Amino acid sequence: MLGLTKKDFNLLLIVVALALLAPFILNPFPSSSGMAQFNAGYPDLMQKFVIFGIFAIGFNILFGLTGYLSFGHAAFLGVGSYSCVWMFKLLGYNVLPGILLSVLTSGIFAYLIGIVSLRRSGIYFSILTLAFAQMSFALAYSVLSNPKFNLTNGETGLQVYADDPQIFHSASAPDLPHLFGLSMRATEKLQIGGWEFQFNAGYYLCAIIMIVMFYLSIRIFRSPFGMMLRAIKSNNTRMNYTGLNARPYTLAAFVISGMYAGLAGGLLSAMDPLAGAERMQWTASGEVVLMTILGGAGTLIGPVLGSGLIKYFENIFSKINSTVLHNWFSFLPDGLEDLMVTLIYPFVGKGWHLTLGVMFMLIVIFLPGGLVEGGQRIKRLFTRKKASDTAEDETAKSTTPAE
Amino acid sequence: MSKSNLTRRGLLKTSAIAGGGLMLPTYLRAAAHAGFTNAPQGDTVTLGFNVPQTGPYADEGSDELLAQQLAVEHLNGEGDGGCLNTFTSKALKGNGILGKKVTFVTGDTQTKSDAARASAKSMIEKDGAIMINGGSSSGVAVAVQGLCQEAGVIFMAGLTHANDTTGKDKKANGFRHFFNAYMSGAALAPVLANEMGTDRRAYHLTADYNWGWTQEESIVASTEALGWETVNTVKTPLASTDFSSYITPVLNSGADVLVLNHYGGNMVNSLSNAIQFDLLNKQVNGKDFKIVVPLYSELMAAGAGENIKGVLGSMNYNWQLENEGSKQFVKSFGEKYGKPPSNSAQTCYAQVLLYADACERAGTFNPCGVVEALEGFEFDGLGNGKTLYRAEDHQCFKDVLVVRGAQNPTSAYDTLEIVEITPVEQVTYAPNHPMFGGDEATLGECNPGA
Repeated sequence: MLGLTKKDFNLLLIVVALALLAPFILNPFPSSSGMAQFNAGYPDLMQKFVIFGIFAIGFNILFGLTGYLSFGHAAFLGVGSYSCVWMFKLLGYNVLPGILLSVLTSGIFAYLIGIVSLRRSGIYFSILTLAFAQMSFALAYSVLSNPKFNLTNGETGLQVYADDPQIFHSASAPDLPHLFGLSMRATEKLQIGGWEFQFNAGYYLCAIIMIVMFYLSIRIFRSPFGMMLRAIKSNNTRMNYTGLNARPYTLAAFVISGMYAGLAGGLLSAMDPLAGAERMQWTASGEVVLMTILGGAGTLIGPVLGSGLIKYFENIFSKINSTVLHNWFSFLPDGLEDLMVTLIYPFVGKGWHLTLGVMFMLIVIFLPGGLVEGGQRIKRLFTRKKASDTAEDETAKSTTPAE
Repeated sequence: MSKSNLTRRGLLKTSAIAGGGLMLPTYLRAAAHAGFTNAPQGDTVTLGFNVPQTGPYADEGSDELLAQQLAVEHLNGEGDGGCLNTFTSKALKGNGILGKKVTFVTGDTQTKSDAARASAKSMIEKDGAIMINGGSSSGVAVAVQGLCQEAGVIFMAGLTHANDTTGKDKKANGFRHFFNAYMSGAALAPVLANEMGTDRRAYHLTADYNWGWTQEESIVASTEALGWETVNTVKTPLASTDFSSYITPVLNSGADVLVLNHYGGNMVNSLSNAIQFDLLNKQVNGKDFKIVVPLYSELMAAGAGENIKGVLGSMNYNWQLENEGSKQFVKSFGEKYGKPPSNSAQTCYAQVLLYADACERAGTFNPCGVVEALEGFEFDGLGNGKTLYRAEDHQCFKDVLVVRGAQNPTSAYDTLEIVEITPVEQVTYAPNHPMFGGDEATLGECNPGA
């Protein structure tokens, strides 16, 4: 269906279900219970899940298929964000022009950086992209934000002011990013028993775009073009010897993944109309690499899972403070309670990086294929199929061209 | 070859359940609309403390958090009551806010606008926080203030010193207790004139971002008004750790004062470099060479160690202040945590109390009521002496401290000595001052949200 094999179509269905039912899936605990701390079903985090999902899907098209490890993808995210906010400032709060422009500018930006960076491969490519991203960060942070020529508004972050032109802004339209009048912040709350579920307009816009992007990425993976990219990954030299010029293909992959990143950046701004320079910092570029590897590079759904996991840690674990811990263990005798809190405290709250780091190490060491490999192993455990069978099955699947 | 558990029956079942679930809300929806975002339900009210727990300002953030926890304790009538005893407004009774027990949630801003907004959003959307307090950078403060304005909750800024927070970027739902760059300049100028004369030549090194610029602009304006000459202003990248290459030109420029518009780690490094070049023992134009650091903090002083001796700067608050409120606060804080509070701790403590008090006086948690109660509010007893929350820009006006690195510190905590307490009249400016966005900057309307 939709030009997909049955298996891919099922995968797409799973993603659609996950995305549309996220408000239920992510809120498994009643809001009054102590476990509500672990609920992730509030609009901001759900938006982040799908937006960074898009970012990682795009990154995976480059890294997963061609093997070119870009350490500068955050630059495109940042460019997308700035473009979108500029559209808000100039045209008005409708999100469509902003999102379109962010895809466009990041595409152009990726093309320019790609032409230069793709002259080298391997570690040199990574360093070049990193250098470009850091240059963009420095430009955005200070050079392009001086009082005479203020493109990015520096540390404060680009935002919309009351005296901006906003030429298409009408009095009836909401004073917040909206899609033809539907505010991105509009949230429908549904209470069933102790549970509260939040349905946010912005989230569903992002989720639909994510589904479309996911579909697009499946098509790219299964197309002859995707095949070519895989060939580049497995042996670029041999490709060259056969007389094929690989660079247009890698450049196309680079631009496509840059546009995905720009789209993600545009959506970030559309959900929250402020673009800060730190979105371009190398840590942000590193984050998407982690997401992709954590989930499983080269797999379709891996990056989405990886980005979800990292954002979950960042937003949920960082909010567990010592008071919360004391509440959890209050049933224990005093001494034991303090001991438990002391033991766990370094791993939550401000120590969330530590937990994430440990987890990343464990996954890379024991599940080199990321979360997807973990899932496959569990599946194998239950279906009791011979491991070698499925492995062959997988490779057979992934190397069959679509047509 | 592919196996799937997805059957038609399964699909039908799932969609029936999902559909049923979606239809339920029509009669189950809670009608708990109190006319503003996150109206407290039940017998508790939740405050959001959004501070940097990782990154360059993590020390300041952890100090802020300690102070905020102390404030919550005092509001709930635990501990010794702290500044509730000295606060001139007696609306707070130690039984929470409006009879509701105060609880709080914390988050990590990472000193990044994005992360700070995400963390504040989760507090508002998930935990039902009615007020956000904290932060240790102007970029973050402006970002979170904008968010709170849109979401319809109150923002009580923590440590933020750029003019923009209550200038160009001011918002009706945002309030700043901390002082700003303009006030630093205005407070420092007379002391500088006194100590160094009126014919100095100043050289500025400025952190290259918004806060640095407003700081530089303010100091240049107030020192030039004294008759000083500005030789040069050089922007340094925020990420620099070695400032030697910026110090060398200072020696050859004919300047006799170096102004470091740096903060945190930047300032510690640039000051150390300047000391390595022995600037303080130089004689230029027949005068002793001097260094000025307009914005001081205890944590920076501790980081710079010996180097800070004799260097002048300004502060919002210092624990050595001898008024009733300050003594009471230092006592409570010291007894609980075993150290005196810092600048940033005090401002957050005061902000939490001020917010709680405003709710009590307004008789509601509605942000618009709180804004009304805070605007033009005059108070004393929170440590800074007599203070006014100005209605036009939501900036606190109070005395500003000029401090100097102590020559002979007796403990790890008295590294700074107070040179002068600049009276509030001297640092007051018009709300439409050009450094604060002029006439164009407006607060806008207070937003109560949903």
